[in-house]
Amino acid sequence: MSDRLSHLERLEAESMHIMREVAAEARHPVMLYSIGKDSSVMLRLAIKAFHPAPPPFPLMHINTTWKFREMIAFRDKTAAEAGMELISYTNQDGLDAGFNPFDHGSNYTRIMKTEALKQALDKHGFDAAFGGARRDEEKSRAKERIFSFRSASHAWDPKNQRPELWRLYNMRVNDGESMRIFPLSNWTELDIWAYILKEAIPIVPLYFAGERPVVMRDGQWIMVDDERMRLAPGETPEMRSIRFRTLGCYPLTGAIESSADTLEAIVAEMMAARTSERGGRLIDKEASASMERKKREGYF
Amino acid sequence: MRSEAFSAEAISAAASADTLRLLTCGSVDDGKSTLIGRLLYDSQLLMEDQVAELESDSKKHGTAGDDIDFALLVDGLEAEREQGITIDVAYRFFATPRRRFIVADTPGHIQYTRNMATGASTADLAILLVDATKGVLTQTRRHALIVSLLGVREIVLAVNKMDLVDFDPQVFDQIVADFEAFAAQIAIDKITAIPISARHGDNISKGSDRTPNYAGPTLLEHLERVAPQNRAADTPLRMPVQWVCRPNQSFRGFAGPVVSGRVAVGDEIVAAASGRTSHIARILVGETERKSAANGESVMVTLTDEIDLSRGDVIAAKESRPQLSDQFAADIVWMDAEHLLPGRPYLLKSMARTVPVQVTELKYRTDVDTMEHNAAKVLELNEIGVVNLATAEPIAFDPYEENRDTGGFILIDRFTNHTVAAGAIRFALRRASNIHWQALDVDRAARARLKHQLPTVLWFTGLSGSGKSTVANLVEKRLYSRGRHTIVLDGDNVRHGLNRDLGFTDVDRVENIRRVAETAKLMTDAGLIVLVSFISPFRSERQLARELMPEGEFLEVFVDAPIDVCRTRDPKGLYARADAGEIKNFTGVDSPYEPPEAPDLRLDSAAEEPDALAERVIAHLESLGRLAAE
Repeated sequence: MSDRLSHLERLEAESMHIMREVAAEARHPVMLYSIGKDSSVMLRLAIKAFHPAPPPFPLMHINTTWKFREMIAFRDKTAAEAGMELISYTNQDGLDAGFNPFDHGSNYTRIMKTEALKQALDKHGFDAAFGGARRDEEKSRAKERIFSFRSASHAWDPKNQRPELWRLYNMRVNDGESMRIFPLSNWTELDIWAYILKEAIPIVPLYFAGERPVVMRDGQWIMVDDERMRLAPGETPEMRSIRFRTLGCYPLTGAIESSADTLEAIVAEMMAARTSERGGRLIDKEASASMERKKREGYF
Repeated sequence: MRSEAFSAEAISAAASADTLRLLTCGSVDDGKSTLIGRLLYDSQLLMEDQVAELESDSKKHGTAGDDIDFALLVDGLEAEREQGITIDVAYRFFATPRRRFIVADTPGHIQYTRNMATGASTADLAILLVDATKGVLTQTRRHALIVSLLGVREIVLAVNKMDLVDFDPQVFDQIVADFEAFAAQIAIDKITAIPISARHGDNISKGSDRTPNYAGPTLLEHLERVAPQNRAADTPLRMPVQWVCRPNQSFRGFAGPVVSGRVAVGDEIVAAASGRTSHIARILVGETERKSAANGESVMVTLTDEIDLSRGDVIAAKESRPQLSDQFAADIVWMDAEHLLPGRPYLLKSMARTVPVQVTELKYRTDVDTMEHNAAKVLELNEIGVVNLATAEPIAFDPYEENRDTGGFILIDRFTNHTVAAGAIRFALRRASNIHWQALDVDRAARARLKHQLPTVLWFTGLSGSGKSTVANLVEKRLYSRGRHTIVLDGDNVRHGLNRDLGFTDVDRVENIRRVAETAKLMTDAGLIVLVSFISPFRSERQLARELMPEGEFLEVFVDAPIDVCRTRDPKGLYARADAGEIKNFTGVDSPYEPPEAPDLRLDSAAEEPDALAERVIAHLESLGRLAAE
């Protein structure tokens, strides 16, 4: 028989290998869990990598308080089923100061996501954090190592990355420094969906089309998920059959009109799509180099 | 190629297709990023918003006039777009109905060679670009050499920018002949040469009517057809243990990748380090119970016997075990701004094992242009050489040419934690089984008992003129008066005898300290209290000395005085001479001193008198119980 693994098998084996290296070498690892489809795949791979033991690290969610309500419900159910500890962290100072996605734009992202993440990592003393980012998402991501070194201030230095040879990962850090680890680096959006299909991985229902209240803003459908949504004069929510390709803070996440209500239909729609998935994220549109800047500041 | 793939079946088919991992390499401006951008564009894998962004970026940063600058698709870092160069490796993905591709686009500039090596280490195939107007350059040869050292045996020689030489077949033939002459000296199995123009698309995904003399496949056709090597399938089982899984008393699983061969339930295996054998009882991939697993898979196995096995060990086929040794010859590519210094302790990571290691000898540096072997004292950034290595413990390995996973290693700097080198083991210099320590009845403990004392090394470090020797001599007087057996090893004195052959370069300083540390160790074996008074400017070597000694027997004493104070004292007039340029590499003047981060004792010689400092050393020894009678 042929011993060549299929594309998905090869990706799965690589991700499991990466996770086991971290479990063996990090003092205090954590898995960043953002509740999206990539996080769902990452969690599934972690369960596989360590079975029959549970994954030897907690899950952590950076909660801006502006996530879709369905995401939070899904998060709590998933962590409980995996038998893993779930840490939810919110930047309370930022919340108290009133930072919100309507008034503060990129500052909101910096305070409630980047700063919150740094605070949470420092508070718990994590020296290694898994993230579900993929190299096909964005150009600066394509340049990042699987094991990405961060200074004591959590900064990424893209011009000075450690060489990463074979499957030998150097995750040695001094006190205060840390590693971000991206086990899905070599997966594409298509791979993620194919794996969800193959493994029947549960995902947040918002990925499936449904009638939801939305308003049109800057050419994007924004869902009115709760009463905090600020409506401009003349804006009236209407019911549309929509779904999401990525999930984040609801006022910043654009939906697409769709009737795809099964995994197969989603995949078919994605194959025919002519825009990339990050097109739906308002924060990524500010400048094509904005992701790199955010990562230098400590963003995932 | 998207149009027919609208069903879930098609998705599954795409995901189960096989993968070719490749890299693009070659000198600066040979068009690597442009080629990848062209492949993505031609295979229609770009989304509308990405094309829009590319067009707007091309106007802003582009270097292709009014045309689309495909390089901007892959050069994603701000500095890259501003400078129009590639700094770090970018990973890109594309697919055709036949195959999926993971492409590492690597930089051509010599200072980013380590990033190129990063891309090469996981590739099945390398596309080596040559600019038709420039021909084969030093950097072309360097990349070919690194690619072959890292085990990529299949090369596509893509002669790019053929449009700029009017598609002259003689230019193409000459470049191919030049490259083949060079390649004959290195390990490459197969070279496929293709004349292309990445900017205009000739022979990329479509044939070109401008190269009538060329009858071969287009680049994309070749990439779809080439049979990727899977040498790992034909080599014996190797499975490094990454992690031991003990969820309860009844389960003890060993998790790791099957890096070569295959594993099946019932197979007799051996633990490479101990030589103990057992059989495979169960194989798990996730929750799935399996009868066997192939190379490349990440598995969890259990064994029929309780044998000693932990992270870093290797599960291997019983009939074909890896070698075990602590001394090797290896090829290395140096990747750090700080030079390789023979004698300096580094860490070596091989599979799941990390052990202390020293480069015992730098055998030669390879001249990339001529492939000549040149004698060298150090290896600098991006240089390639052959070294002898000694690890602190024996490790299991196979020669790199037999097994990429069990023969490849990285070296890590112990203080900066940088990955400083990539290496490939050639062969063992001796087998671990030949190492026999003479077990003596009169041992170090017996000798110490006879002297009624605890052997200890007091390592005084500090700048010239800080007062190390003054304090060490006072401490020795006090110990002598208490009936202790002591010796002082002083930098100046040792350099007149044992280390007479050494100078003051970094390489020689490392060797100087290594010899003194070994000498101090022998003297503690004899039962002595050893006072070492050496500038010993580098943390790495002081750490080396510490690790030679049993825990607790080594005390680092930092004699600390500001350089201005030392300079004013200047007991031997050395600072004056260094300032005048008469002495080179003088610590604190034109050679660095790395102060201890956590010395066992810090003596402020600017604030206290030598007698008081000596008393503090004695008091510290007493507080640790090291002066108690044995």
